[in-house]
Amino acid sequence: MLEIKNLHVKLEEEDKQILKGVDLTVPAGKVHAIMGPNGSGKSTLSYVLSGRDGYEVTEGAATLEGEDILDMEPEERAAAGLFLAFQYPVEIPGVGNMTFLRTALNAQRKARGEDEMSAGDFLKFIREKAKALKIDGDMLKRPVNVGFSGGEKKRNEILQMAVLGPKMCILDETDSGLDVDAMKLVADGVNALRDEGRSFLVITHYQRLLDHIQPDVVHIMADGRIVKTGGPELALEVENNGYADILAEMA
Amino acid sequence: MMALPQVKQDVTEARLQALKMPEGAGWAVEARKAALSRLTQMGLPGARDEYWRFTNPGEFNAPEAAEAPPFDDGDESPVFGEIDRLKIVFRDGVFDAVASDDLSLEGVEIERLEDALSTDIHWLKDAYGAIEARTHAPVPRPFAALNTAFATDGVVLRATGKVSKPISLIYLHEKATSDAILHFVIRVEEGADLTVLENGPAAARFNKCMEVDVADGGAFHHVRAQGRDHERRAVTHLFATLGEESTFKSFTLTANGVMTRNEAWIELNGDNAVAHIAGAAVGDGRFHHDDTVFITHDAVNCESRQVFKKVLRNGAVGTFQGKILVKEGAQKTDGYQISQSLLLDEDAQFLAKPELEIYADDVACSHGSTSGAIDDEALFYLRSRGVEKGDAQDLLVLAFLAEAIEEIESEEIADDILGRLDGWLARRRS
Repeated sequence: MLEIKNLHVKLEEEDKQILKGVDLTVPAGKVHAIMGPNGSGKSTLSYVLSGRDGYEVTEGAATLEGEDILDMEPEERAAAGLFLAFQYPVEIPGVGNMTFLRTALNAQRKARGEDEMSAGDFLKFIREKAKALKIDGDMLKRPVNVGFSGGEKKRNEILQMAVLGPKMCILDETDSGLDVDAMKLVADGVNALRDEGRSFLVITHYQRLLDHIQPDVVHIMADGRIVKTGGPELALEVENNGYADILAEMA
Repeated sequence: MMALPQVKQDVTEARLQALKMPEGAGWAVEARKAALSRLTQMGLPGARDEYWRFTNPGEFNAPEAAEAPPFDDGDESPVFGEIDRLKIVFRDGVFDAVASDDLSLEGVEIERLEDALSTDIHWLKDAYGAIEARTHAPVPRPFAALNTAFATDGVVLRATGKVSKPISLIYLHEKATSDAILHFVIRVEEGADLTVLENGPAAARFNKCMEVDVADGGAFHHVRAQGRDHERRAVTHLFATLGEESTFKSFTLTANGVMTRNEAWIELNGDNAVAHIAGAAVGDGRFHHDDTVFITHDAVNCESRQVFKKVLRNGAVGTFQGKILVKEGAQKTDGYQISQSLLLDEDAQFLAKPELEIYADDVACSHGSTSGAIDDEALFYLRSRGVEKGDAQDLLVLAFLAEAIEEIESEEIADDILGRLDGWLARRRS
């Protein structure tokens, strides 16, 4: 599904290399997790993959189902099936959540040459998705993320994921700022979307989210590279011993 | 009375040379002469006058209107076209009886201005120019006095009940050098409810004065669409006095136009009165748009809201001068004022001067003014969800204007205004 080869990325504004040769392959239907200490480049990887400004790819490649995504505009990547659940979802005053979701869904359908969904059909569709995430009608009507609590914002990200139905979902520290109940709700939302044709890349600091979203593979990232790859037990090792041991082992 | 500076005298005299006072009943002529005397005392504005620093009055002062070819709207349907309304049409500032509807509607008396001004006994006698005359201190409004003195046409409305549909004033522009001066006097009687719509460029140069007196418990709604894309110049005045528990709501959309100055002066005289005035202006290129608003609270427990938003690009200039004056004794005043601009590129300019003057101690007044670009974070967020860049920008522009558009009470009319904005945005991208 997602294939990243020798990816080198620096900040556009300053001469600072953030990613120094990331190699990563996430096959279809699999859940991979990336863990790593602060500043290891985890969030940068998610931003570069989704097409945010401010980063320059100096070497390497990233493909989604064999298609080079690094030259695509962010909206083209979305239409190709890539989705990033933001660590800090953005508030957009004046744009209703429902309008936003319908605009986004129909933009993607249009880009893929599919028919747009009517307002009536969309309403039914979204109500069903929202119910599962305990998102009420009021949250759908309010401006995007404005006045939402931390948990509500993250649930709203998962709702967008459910509505847009991407193939490759990247979750950037979706667990940050969530209490146990909210984390469970979010994890249930993600698990409900697990499917043979859909892959996940779960970026997290802590092992606890991975208790709820069981990964197939865990990668450890440090200093702009994947330094270790293993099964779910690797996450437990981090939980028990921290990153220091693993990093020492590498050195 | 201090003599006017020579330059002001010269400009004023040159302008007056080009004008001729219309005939009418004795009292009407008196009212016009009184207005002329107000005008000659204050003189036409100069670029250094305090309230004309942001907007050069030269094109309004000139004896003749600058040439402005009529604009072809193409296939865009006329604004308010789907709304059930009573149409009153002016063509280059002259009432067009054929294009207008029959001037009769339950709950409102409608008369052509010249007919009312020629009638010996008429309620207009105490109203024509009466509010205008009060608006000049502390800020002189010479073009309003000029209007009262020389207006050639207009309409007089007296609402006595709930008027079943809006009165729609349509200003057509056909002649390249037309110079229109229209005056409207509107009285909303106790408990009456009237909606007035306005649209169209009116003329190459347009001077409009609308005096509105809302009696106790009355409601006046006003929605105006100025534009689009015309070469025209306009200086407009919307003046209102509000009685107890009355409501005044005004919204203006301005889509391009070379030069627009919209002045509003509202006085809340009765307790528990409400005045909302809002504007959304979108300008691209040769566009200068000025909102100058003065709201006076002179009663207890009144509410006023000013919401002005401007989207500017490609050299467009927006200005805002807004004041809230709370007089002694106007306790429990709730005053709110916001003026914001969204600058779509580095060539656009926004100048703002918010003012508060408060002489009562138990009031809540707030004001704010901001200027900014499209939020990159929000833009990326929308694009990351698949919304194409141009669409995402448009969505953010509409979101920016939403607070002003929300001031329109009628959903049907608000939808019409949104349709205009969609059209404007689409044209910017084509």
